[in-house]
Amino acid sequence: MISILKEMLSYEFLVRALIVGLLVSLCAALLGVSLVLKRYSMIGDGLSHVGFGTLAIATALKVAPLTISIPGVVLAAFLLLRISENSKIRGDAAIALISTSALAIGVVVISMTTGLNTDVYNYMFGSVLSMSRQDVQLSIMLSIVVLIMFILFYNKIFAVTFDETFAQATGTRTGIYNMLIAFLTAVTIVLGMRMMGALLISSLIIFPALTSMRLCKRFKTVTICSAVISVFCFFTGILGSYLYATPTGASVVIVNIVVFLLFWIISVMKGR
Amino acid sequence: MALLMCENAAFAYEGNTVVSELDFTVNNGDYLCIVGENGSGKSTLIKGLLRLKAPQHGNIVLGDGLKANEIGYLPQQTAAQKDFPASVYEVVLSGRLGRRGIRPFYTRRDKETTESYMKLMGIEALRNKCYRELSGGQQRRVLLARALCATKKLLLLDEPVSGLDPIVTQELYQTIESINQEIGITIIMVSHDIQSAIKYANRILHLQNKQVFFGSTEEYVMSGSGKTFLGGGEDD
Repeated sequence: MISILKEMLSYEFLVRALIVGLLVSLCAALLGVSLVLKRYSMIGDGLSHVGFGTLAIATALKVAPLTISIPGVVLAAFLLLRISENSKIRGDAAIALISTSALAIGVVVISMTTGLNTDVYNYMFGSVLSMSRQDVQLSIMLSIVVLIMFILFYNKIFAVTFDETFAQATGTRTGIYNMLIAFLTAVTIVLGMRMMGALLISSLIIFPALTSMRLCKRFKTVTICSAVISVFCFFTGILGSYLYATPTGASVVIVNIVVFLLFWIISVMKGR
Repeated sequence: MALLMCENAAFAYEGNTVVSELDFTVNNGDYLCIVGENGSGKSTLIKGLLRLKAPQHGNIVLGDGLKANEIGYLPQQTAAQKDFPASVYEVVLSGRLGRRGIRPFYTRRDKETTESYMKLMGIEALRNKCYRELSGGQQRRVLLARALCATKKLLLLDEPVSGLDPIVTQELYQTIESINQEIGITIIMVSHDIQSAIKYANRILHLQNKQVFFGSTEEYVMSGSGKTFLGGGEDD
């Protein structure tokens, strides 16, 4: 085990992937609890598709992917939040609309420029090779910001998630916290997307929260438990993908599924 | 002294006036019931009183040192809360959040207040229980304790007894009455239950997309709108 780890850590790209992945998993899990409970799970999925579209455009324009992806996805996050709040178009329909549009635009842009090749495959399903030094720095910065925000605003995030109307009525500016959550989610998705894959990144947001909710009954324990689960699953997943030469993103999701099923079975057995 | 004054206010959704001609005063210690049919503007008025919705015209004035974020509010249950993993203590404590402002953490005093209101509501034994596993009546008590945590003067209750069985309903009404009588907190309650409204409230506000009656309960029972509403098929 230790020798495998040593061997893994001797590859610089794997070290980068590991750092970015663990930090992104942590942030995604923390944000995920609030998103899942607010019934915003699909926003994560929608944003990752938008992320794919922006990556395609960035590749076509030959600029650094993050310079277009981050503003693009953040914009989409605010838009989706707005739409979910004003109920003229239903939230789920709006997300489907935006995510398929972004996917379509991305595919057309790619086919007009480079053609559908391995790059596109990597965007869809992720690649451990894609993490640059810049990504490592950015993900460290992001996770510090997410952690600080989460600790400082923990009580407010709880109140806004549990009962937005009450929080607003008693003077909490819920709009700001919703936007904060959306903004951090957008950045987390963009960072994790190229490694996990645009089609798979939302699992990092949804699975840990749902898994820990099988067994935990308090908001605090749910939050801590999902953070631990998420980090554990990512680590196990990347280890498995190294040992069996499977795609990283998919392997992490598989571990998440297994842990989810395990928690689910335990909760069912406890319920008897 | 008047705690809350509504001066010829009206509320609208996208230009369509939902409720208008609102002109009433709530005094310290009052127990006001807002009655009316579905769609008569009760919930809209509640949003207005909570400052979640600006009036189309007119004014809502708070008096006696009451601040807008010091109104304790018991909302109708939302779907998301039914499977929310939170302990009773976490929920009640979140009532203190409005007072924290920008400061991130709760103080010892917040926690003491939380404890005392949990005791008052008789839910201190449930403190570590999960909110979603409680009965409907217990959940309402938890939210009532949270609302108390947010206020010193005024509680706004939006159909607090809907969906509860008759016994639990009566218990909750008695609890609300004791909050009003013993702690001296002013109550504004939206209710479909006109009989109980007359029994417990000392003021009635009857809405029908405008204010059709405002006054004391005795006057209401004698008034034209009161007689029609009381006599005419109140079954919800």
